Parts: sequence; C-alpha cells; structure tokens
Amino acid sequence: MRLQYLGLSEINGPLIFLDDVDDAHYEEMVEIQLSSGEKRMGRIVQIEGKRVVVQVFEGTNGISLQNTRTLLQGRPMELSLSKELLGRVFNGAGKPIDGLGDIYADKRMDINGMPLNPVMRVYPRNYINTGISGIDALTTLIRGQKLPIFSGSGMPHNELAVQLVKQAKISDGDGKNFGIVFAAMGVKNDVADYFKRSFIEAGVMDHVVMFVNLSNDPIIERTLTPRCALSAAEYLAYEHDMHILVILTDITAYCEALREFSSSKGEIPGRKGYPGYLYSDLASLYERAGIIQGAKGSVTQIPILTMPNDDITHPIPDLTGYITEGQIVLDRNLNQMGIYPPIGVLPSLSRLMKDGIGEGYTRGDHSALSNQLFASYAKVQDARSLASVIGEDELSSIDKRYMEFGKQFETHFLNQGIQANREMEETLDLGWALLSLLPKEELDRVDDAVLDRYYDHEAARERFDTSMAGD
Amino acid sequence: MSENVIYSINGPVVTVKNATAFSMMEMVFVGHKRLMGEVISIKKEATTIQVYESTTGLTSGEPVYPSGQPIQATLGPGILRNIFDGIERPLKTIAKESGAFITCGSDVSALDETTEWDVHICVKQGDHVCGGQIYATLPETDLIEHRLMVPPYVEGDVVSIKQDGKYRVHDEIVVLKLADGTLYPCTLCQKWPIKTARPIKERLPLHIPLITGQRIFDTLFPIAKGGTAAIPGGFGTGKTMTQHQLAKWCDADIIVYVGCGERGNEMTQVLEEFSELIDPKSQKPLTDRTVLIANTSNMPVAAREASIYTGLTLAEYYRDMGYHVALMADSTSRWAEALREISGRLEEMPAEEGFPAYLPSRISQFYERAGYMETLNGAKGSVTIIGAVSPQGADFSEPVTQNTKRFVRCFWALDKSLAYARHYFAINWNESYSEYVNDLTRWYHHHVDPRFLHERQQLMRLLAEETKLMEIVKLIGSDVLPDDQKLVIEISKVIRVGYLQQNAFHQDDTYVPLIKQLKMMDVILYLYEHAKRLISKGIPMRLIMETGIFDKVIKMKYDVSNQAIDQLDDYPAMIDDALASVQ
Repeated sequence: MRLQYLGLSEINGPLIFLDDVDDAHYEEMVEIQLSSGEKRMGRIVQIEGKRVVVQVFEGTNGISLQNTRTLLQGRPMELSLSKELLGRVFNGAGKPIDGLGDIYADKRMDINGMPLNPVMRVYPRNYINTGISGIDALTTLIRGQKLPIFSGSGMPHNELAVQLVKQAKISDGDGKNFGIVFAAMGVKNDVADYFKRSFIEAGVMDHVVMFVNLSNDPIIERTLTPRCALSAAEYLAYEHDMHILVILTDITAYCEALREFSSSKGEIPGRKGYPGYLYSDLASLYERAGIIQGAKGSVTQIPILTMPNDDITHPIPDLTGYITEGQIVLDRNLNQMGIYPPIGVLPSLSRLMKDGIGEGYTRGDHSALSNQLFASYAKVQDARSLASVIGEDELSSIDKRYMEFGKQFETHFLNQGIQANREMEETLDLGWALLSLLPKEELDRVDDAVLDRYYDHEAARERFDTSMAGD
Repeated sequence: MSENVIYSINGPVVTVKNATAFSMMEMVFVGHKRLMGEVISIKKEATTIQVYESTTGLTSGEPVYPSGQPIQATLGPGILRNIFDGIERPLKTIAKESGAFITCGSDVSALDETTEWDVHICVKQGDHVCGGQIYATLPETDLIEHRLMVPPYVEGDVVSIKQDGKYRVHDEIVVLKLADGTLYPCTLCQKWPIKTARPIKERLPLHIPLITGQRIFDTLFPIAKGGTAAIPGGFGTGKTMTQHQLAKWCDADIIVYVGCGERGNEMTQVLEEFSELIDPKSQKPLTDRTVLIANTSNMPVAAREASIYTGLTLAEYYRDMGYHVALMADSTSRWAEALREISGRLEEMPAEEGFPAYLPSRISQFYERAGYMETLNGAKGSVTIIGAVSPQGADFSEPVTQNTKRFVRCFWALDKSLAYARHYFAINWNESYSEYVNDLTRWYHHHVDPRFLHERQQLMRLLAEETKLMEIVKLIGSDVLPDDQKLVIEISKVIRVGYLQQNAFHQDDTYVPLIKQLKMMDVILYLYEHAKRLISKGIPMRLIMETGIFDKVIKMKYDVSNQAIDQLDDYPAMIDDALASVQ
C-alpha cells in the first residue's frame, strides 16, 4: 500500500517540495490531488535525503501548502501504446484530447526511452520522397535520419511541415506501412488548428498521430511532448514494422521550457541561460531516430526550430546541428522574393544522402547532379556579391551566365508552390535542364559520360526562354 | 559498510552522507542495481559520486558499495576488432544480453573470457623480469601480434611457466616471485587506472611523419608520429569525414577511434565501412587494427567523460608493445561539455562560458599523453592524438578551441565557406598550421626527395598571394588584373581544385602515395613556370587558358591512377605542346 502525503513544504514555479518522504524513486511519477478533487500529475526531479522535489506537469496554479494529497506511483512516466494511436490527437503529456476516449494499452513504455546500442543500429540507406525539389535533390531525406529545418519567425515552416506530412511517401511497398507522428510544442492556438484542419482536409489523418502542446499550456508538459511522440514512433516502428516520420515543431519552444524549468530548479546556467545539459538533453531526443537490426520499421525525424533573430550560432540551432545529420536552412531573402519553399541551398546539407541515393535508390546521376548544383550555385553567390559592388553590367560574360542560372534555378527549381508534388525523376530532370543553361566546361564535378546523356543547352534555352548574355 | 547509503540524487550526481570509506576517484557501485560510479569529491559531511549510467529509479537509502580501486581498463587480447562503451564494456556482448537498447547495470567483462589464444611464452624459469618486459606473445589478429608485458612497477624472478599452447584471458601462464617473496601470477590480461598515464623510459624527439595519403596533410600540414593535432570546425564542415579518412589511411599500426558524444549512426557507419575496407599495406580488413569506443550523445554523460581516458589507456598499452598508435577523438568538445555538465551539477563556480576553471589543465593532461616514446622494454612506440573540436557557433574564440590551440602543434581549421562549396577537405590553408615541418625536414629529405618541402613552400606562397589578390578581385573583378596576377589566380585554382581538394569516394584519389603527391606538385609548378615565361613574352593569359591545359592538369588526380604514377612524367611534354600552340 502506497502512502499518501498530506500538504507540501514549499512551492516554486512548477516545482513543489515535500519533506519526510520515504522510498521515493528518482524520476518516479506522482499524482497530486487538490482539495477540489482535481488530479494532476508530476515527476520527482531531485531527492535530497527525505526531501523530494516534484515538477507538476499541469502547473502549480491553485495549489497551496495545505490543500493537497500526494501519492507516489512507484513507476516512471509511461505512455499507453497500441496500433489505435493512428488517427488520434493527444495533449503534450499523452492524454487523448479528441474526445474519443482512452487508448486500450497493448504495451506501456517509459517515455524517456533507452539509449540505442550502436552495434544494433542499421546504417540508414533508403530515402523518403518528400515531393519537394529542394529537399529531394539536394538534401535528400534518408529513412532513419534526423534532419532539422532551421527557420525563423515569419517564415513558412508551418506550411512546409504540412506539405511534408501530405506528400511524404516511401518508394517501396504500397505506402501502407508509412506513418507520421506529429508533435507540436508551444504552438499558437490558430497554428495548431491550421495543422489539424490541413491534415483532415488532405485526408491523411488516418496515418497521423498528433501530440499538441499549445503555447499557453504548462511548460512541463512541453518537455514531455517530444518524448511521448518519440515513444509512440518507436512503438509503431519497432513493434509494427512501420516507417515513421516524426515532425517536431518547435524545438525552440521546447528549449525555452527547459530553461524555465531549469532556472526554477536553481541550476547553474550555461550559454544564454540554457542549462549546461542542453546538448545531452537534445541528444536524448534526436538520437532516438534510427533503424535497428531485426525490425523492419524506421524512425526518421524532422525537428523544426525557429532561430531566434535568424542567428544560426544561437545555442539551439548550434547544438542541434552538432547532433543531427545535416540541416535544411530556410532563407529570409528567398522568402521575401516570394519563393516557396525558401530553402537556402548552400548552408543546407544532408549527411546521409551520399549512401541513400544513386543507382538502386533514386537514379544513378543523382549525386553528380546535386554536387554540381551546389558548386554552381556557390558561384552564383560569388557573382552576385561582385555585382553588388561593380554593378551587373560590368560582370564578365561567364559571371552573367551564372547570374541568369541563379535566377532560373530559384524561380523554377526551388519555387514550386505549396500544392506541387514533384516526382523524383521530374526533380532530377529539371536540375539537369537548369544546369544546361551553363557552358558545358563549367560543369567540372560531373563525368563526361553523364554530361553527354543529360546536357542539352539548346533545349534548356528554349524551355526557360532566356536570351543568354555572353552566348 | 551498511552506513554508506544514498542521500541525494540529482541527474547523474549522487551524494552519500558521513561516509569515510571512500577515496578520491575510487570506483563504486551504486544502488541495488550496482550502477557503476566514481567518487569525485569528498567532504567531511558528504561524498559526491558521478554515476556512469542512468539514475532513473534510484531511491535515497539504497546502498553504495566501495571497490577499493580507481576506474580501470582491462588490457589484454581481444581489444582489437571490438567496440566498447566509455567504460570499456563491449557493446556487442551487451547487445546479446539485453537487446537493441542499453539497459542499466549491465555487468559484462571487457574481454571475451571464452576465446582461446595461441600463446607463445618468451621467458624461461629463473629469468629476472621487470615492468614492461614481454613474457608471452600471441597473434591477436592477422595483422597484430599481441605482446604480454609484465605490469609496470612489478619486478621479480620467473618461478614457473606453462607450455606454449591455447589459453584463455584469465589463465595463469607465468608466475613471478617478487622481491618480498610473494608470488605474482601473470595472466593474459592486466588492469590499469584510466586516468593515469602508463610509465615509459624516455620521451624521444618527433621526427617521423604520420603518412595519411591525404595531400593537404602530408604536403601542407604534416603531423609527426607521436604528435598532436586539433581539427576544429562548425557542424557540417566535415570533421567526422576527415577523422574517418585519417583513420582509414594513416600508416599507424593501431587505430583507436573514440566516438565521444557523437551520433549513433556515425558509429554504425564506422563499424560497417571499416569491416569492408582493406588495409592497403597488408591486404587485411581495417578492423584488424582498429578498436572503437562509442559513447554516443544519448549515452550517460559521465561515461562520456571517461571514454577519452579509456581510449588513451588502450592506446598507451599498445604503444608499450612497440606499436605506433593513432587516437582519433571525435569530439573533444563533447568531452569538455561533459565536464561542464557535471561541474554544473556539483554547483562549482563556473569560469568562461560556464566551463569549469580546470578545463585547460584537463585538456593539457589529455594531449600530453601523446608522444614518441622509448617504452619500458626498450621498444619504440608512439601515440598520436588527433582531436576534433566542435566550437559553439563555429566561433574559434570559444574556450575549448582556444585552450586546445595552446596544447597542440597542428591546427587543421575547417572552414564553412569551403564546405558550402563542397570543397573537401574543407581545411582553410590560411588559418591552419603545423609546427612539425622543421622536425620532419630530415625525414622528407631522406625518404621522399629534398625538393618536396621546397615545392610545398612554393605552393604555400602562391596560395598566400592568391588570398591577397582575391581581396582585390572581390572589389573590382578579375578582369582588371595584369596577366601575371591572373596567372597566380589560375594556378592557385589548379592547386585548390586539382591538389588540395581530394575525393574520398574516388578509388584512386582517396589515398595518394607521397611520390604521387611530389610528382603532382612538379607538374603544377612546371605549368606555372612555363606559363609565366609566356606571359613575360607578352602572350595574353586568355590565350593560354583557351588551350585547356589548366583543366587537364586539374583532372590529373583522376586521370593518373596510383598504379601508373609514371604517367605524370608525360605531363611536362603535354604542357610544352599546349603552350607551344599559342606562341
């Protein structure tokens, strides 16, 4: 029989302190009952002798030192899991909020998960087709990868997230074993609505699980949201052989919740006030992407974060970039020019794509194409910065060709609009058509055999209807 | 003992009140699950312990058991080809016991206790042996002979030996009688505390380069065997790729690869790739000379701190046998962050950026364990340390990079803009340096060619000149430059694209022997000299470029295979022909 404890000794922010507690386990769940009968959940975050610190998920509003009874649950935070998760909506702590009742649990899992043994991992090799040229061709998403999107306030990362959920598919199988876990942390009410509505309208809700923590929901719940989502994803992937794409938005809100919680606990802050363990904490989320030996499924992650003040060196994007396998960076200039999705090509990178593209996966010429597009587009930037000093008219003829290529690349390749869903073939062919605008000898990253097959300058000029300077 | 019970728990830090049984840095077992931990501070009223595993589920009042020893690594046959976590637990065995996820309190021995090794005893009864002396050898892998050494500081007479034959790790094969009369049995393994450097006879000057087959290192910024190097770079600049390339191709006998707080998928990649790759010298799989230590970023933070020391101890053990060992640490910043995290939990006064004030001394202790040594048994071996640094926000002025710079002599700075342009290795030739060039001059003179370092100097000069010119070009464009300066820009492009850029995925370009590097430099400088002569005669640069000879030279790294290096001797004639056509 577990003991109930009456009253508290201290309350500070989301934390409550109890004295004279026997047999408390670190990270154990507790149930707090208010005099009104309301029940809240909490978790033990520190033990000092018989003094115990509990974080309350729903916040401490209305809790006083006398009016509570605390019951230790004797187990860590767990999530009820079954295949019925698909199509359902939960709050940040994993409680259903779509009015369809509780989940009949097939299995219960500790939401913190456990570190995956590196020798049991399978190196990710196959890709997920997102239907977005900028991602598919240049920063291909590989199953089992964690590939974040670095955005900023006011940029269309929400639209991009919806488009990803609608379009993402895997090439093999009939797409039946593909699912999406969507975790919204600290999003605004209308944004959460937008997500839900978009998924229902697109008719994809039957293979989506949603965890929603709104920006005015308790912050402690926010620190649990990604863990619940990843537990659900691991369950579906490893127990039901599904390929799961996890979209986490917005990691910045998550980190801020962590900072708030850490400071109310009185911890020594690291960079910009974030706790010293931010790297380890983020790693404990991101590293849950992967494929394990013996299971057919995979967990792929797309965390989305808004860089405060568009600063990529801010601790959140910085630490994220060190853990994840590449990044997709949205560019504010492209966005202002009306290009959607505004993917900043040069800082974006997918570390795993080299092994997951090419013959047998996408197409044999893919890696040559993406290398060449990167290299040529880097030269566009050089030409542009030169043009901003000496004026476009003074550029050499080859620099002018690059300027033109850059413009066409942005308007035709990157800019595809929110509805367009491009097949891999279409994306790759478009890439070659654009490269064909440049003189053949400029394409120095490509074998001649590949060039002979795909390079067609005349057709490209006709297609993009340009009178090339310097021709 | 029963009074040693847990008082408080905060993340990986646990305290015990009023305990006197513990000593500093002692290994302890925490709680009923016997989680591994280490004593990190002792005060009269409380002893602080960092736990190497997840503390979820611990309660105050659970017992803490002392072990009487500091954290030790087990050293013996079976280390190579293996993959360990930060405290030398074999991950493959853990996987067999507990499945895909790592559970707490796994107590598995570091070395496989069932394998039988083919032991050859090298001492006789009555021999007087002392620390470091080899008493037996056995073939650990096809590549490496494992030499069993008397542990340091042990000295005595051999009183009994076993026959040559098959023995397991814990079998006693030699018994020594020490000076005080006690018997000291020697098995196939020994233990050594990971935070103490193994003793040596003498440090030797560094004069042999670690050949990597990578042009930017061997030619521009060489590292000596026993030297130290840091590879700093923001994310996405290719630190890990660089470390992988070095681990694959450098001419060390043994590679210790420490994945410290890095990605799980990367370790899997190392595992997969290394078992498929064949060592160019011996035609054996690379895993035969490799040991991996994987403490990925989501594994417990305290074990991350230990992983670096575990790796070093293994490296020193093989050095003592007389091998050249290269230790790759990816990344030392994660290790420094582990220090910061634990320091924060201890509520120590932070110094710069929240890092503890003892950060520089820890970094120097780490790098100072490198060196080219005469070992206790008179053999010569070395430990070379190549540490990746992940500066926060790619800002090299942060504490870890700055303090590392003070203690290493090679600095290979990775550059974001080169990485964006997909120029690999993205090593910035202006910011990088190597202090070993002078120490290695003799070696290059005797083993390659006296002109090697001379030509290196010319390449460096051209690149430096180009950097200066590019500042002008950025302002006013390249059209206005005089032709001799245009030539510098074009030839530097040949150096950058044709020489420094190296394709790790190309079968020939991934490893380039020194002699090919030399001949490539010959060709580039030949082209430069002859083109310069034409320009001084008033022939415009544009005409020279139109011959296409520059592009031809850029592609020579792909056109000339490593088996037919002599083909490079045809290039001067080709250059002559091309240049003659515009005269």
